[in-house]
Amino acid sequence: MAVFLGVPLAIYLVFVISPFAQAVYYSMTSWGGFSNSMPFVGLDNYVKLFHDDIFLIAIRNNIILVIFLPIITIILSLILATLVTVGGSSRGQIKGLKGSGFYRVISFFPYVIPAVVIGVIWAQIYDPSSGLLNGILTHLGFDGVKSFPWLGDSRTAMAASMAVIVWGFVGFYMILFIAAIKGIPAETFEAARIDGAGRFRTATTITIPLIRDTIQTAYVYMGILALDAFVYMSVLNSTGGPANSTLVMSQKLFSTAFSKSQFGLACAMGVVLAAITLIFSALVFLVNRLTGGSKDVSA
Amino acid sequence: MLALWALIVFIPLGWTLLSSFKTSTEIFASPFSLPKTWQFGNYVDAWVTAGIGSYFLNTVVVVGSALVIVMVLGSMCAYVLARYVFPGHRVIYFLMLAGLTFPIFLAVVPLFFILKNMGLLNTLPGLIIVYVAFALPFTVFFLFSFFKALPGEIAEAAQIDGAGEWRTFFQVMLPMAKPGLASVAIFNFLGLWNQYLIPVAINTDQSHWVLSQGIVAFAGQMGYAVNFGAMFAAAIIVVVPVLIAYIVFQRQLQGSVSAGTMK
Repeated sequence: MAVFLGVPLAIYLVFVISPFAQAVYYSMTSWGGFSNSMPFVGLDNYVKLFHDDIFLIAIRNNIILVIFLPIITIILSLILATLVTVGGSSRGQIKGLKGSGFYRVISFFPYVIPAVVIGVIWAQIYDPSSGLLNGILTHLGFDGVKSFPWLGDSRTAMAASMAVIVWGFVGFYMILFIAAIKGIPAETFEAARIDGAGRFRTATTITIPLIRDTIQTAYVYMGILALDAFVYMSVLNSTGGPANSTLVMSQKLFSTAFSKSQFGLACAMGVVLAAITLIFSALVFLVNRLTGGSKDVSA
Repeated sequence: MLALWALIVFIPLGWTLLSSFKTSTEIFASPFSLPKTWQFGNYVDAWVTAGIGSYFLNTVVVVGSALVIVMVLGSMCAYVLARYVFPGHRVIYFLMLAGLTFPIFLAVVPLFFILKNMGLLNTLPGLIIVYVAFALPFTVFFLFSFFKALPGEIAEAAQIDGAGEWRTFFQVMLPMAKPGLASVAIFNFLGLWNQYLIPVAINTDQSHWVLSQGIVAFAGQMGYAVNFGAMFAAAIIVVVPVLIAYIVFQRQLQGSVSAGTMK
């Protein structure tokens, strides 16, 4: 049994746990990377970070992402999941709209496309002159956008990038919510219907409270993704977008480490990123707990 | 609403497929029309000239080996954690949890130097072992519950019949966890095929690039009279294997989304 546990654990400790631990130490040095001198500077790097305007912009962008990305994705996927499971005809058995199986398969598809490909494709779709989006819009008569650079304008770059991430993840959460909704006994929905509740009312007073733990899980997962967002942001706008409007912490960390060789500073960014991630998860759990958690819905 | 979303999903993909058969001028001039002549040459260009072929091979080697290794090691580890109680049990469990919770970004700089010191930087084995290490916690957590649920009597019976620990595990317990193994394997396959950050950080030698690096570099040269059709073709080449995996295992995957994320 020692081998069974020992080998995987050794690999895990060397390549996952030890780097995490080392990063915390490096974050307190002014290490430039390629020399052996690693002067200990305490919390200087952190002080420097919080005086660095660009890093603060990156934090701000991550916070925008962590608030809006999960909300948009979850609302959209909840609507779709509701339609597929209980949105069907209001007579007879409780079921979804016609063709639900087909929509499930199609919607899930973006989730399996590699993120880099999603980024590459959407960068082309947003292309001002030959992209699909402006092509469609001009066909529909919106001539004003004929060559509008969605990713190149600081007013739209962030929203356009978010739309890409939402596009990639709605299907996944839709499937997750479908599974949760199917776990609710059909009688519950039937009772609501007999009591005269419409579809919207059923969704807000029955479905959402009953699957709130799943929604919480979804919020945490999507939030952690939003705090990283490296792949999407770096492929859509490798330099951080116009006026750094889409720059995220992970991009800043990457360039600080591997282009500027300021490894100590980069590790400090990693620690900040990890701390924000943990605070975020704790907050979501706390809010869910304070607002009733999973206790009051079992009745 | 559903139909609208299906269109929003489908149109970009259809457009990509269509564009992959066009010339660059056609893509610029008429984004919607069918290609005048189907440029299958785009695929050849992408595969050969842009090097997608060799990146594809690297990816298959790296993802394939990492997948096999992580499945074997992960199931052994999960098995021991689920079946035996020993000192340090909880510590290991929490270490695994930490690996799932902390962002990879925190680890990326030290990881670079660990590999460098071991002489594994920019090598395929280096990439494989890092993939294995980072896919491990998810694999262990997922399988942990599977092994926990398996009846212990069967393992005992096997032992009474004279099977050693290795034999009990590989011939008796592992086959029983098959549904779980399949789900984890698909998730790991998607995740590793998708991986971008780890290779760009620790695998910068172009001859060892994986697909995700190749396609980003290719797309990044755009604007210098690069063959746009070939770039779309490259995107399609990257997507096809996952598309096939998805279609084959579609039910399994959708079924396990809920099981795997409700920890």
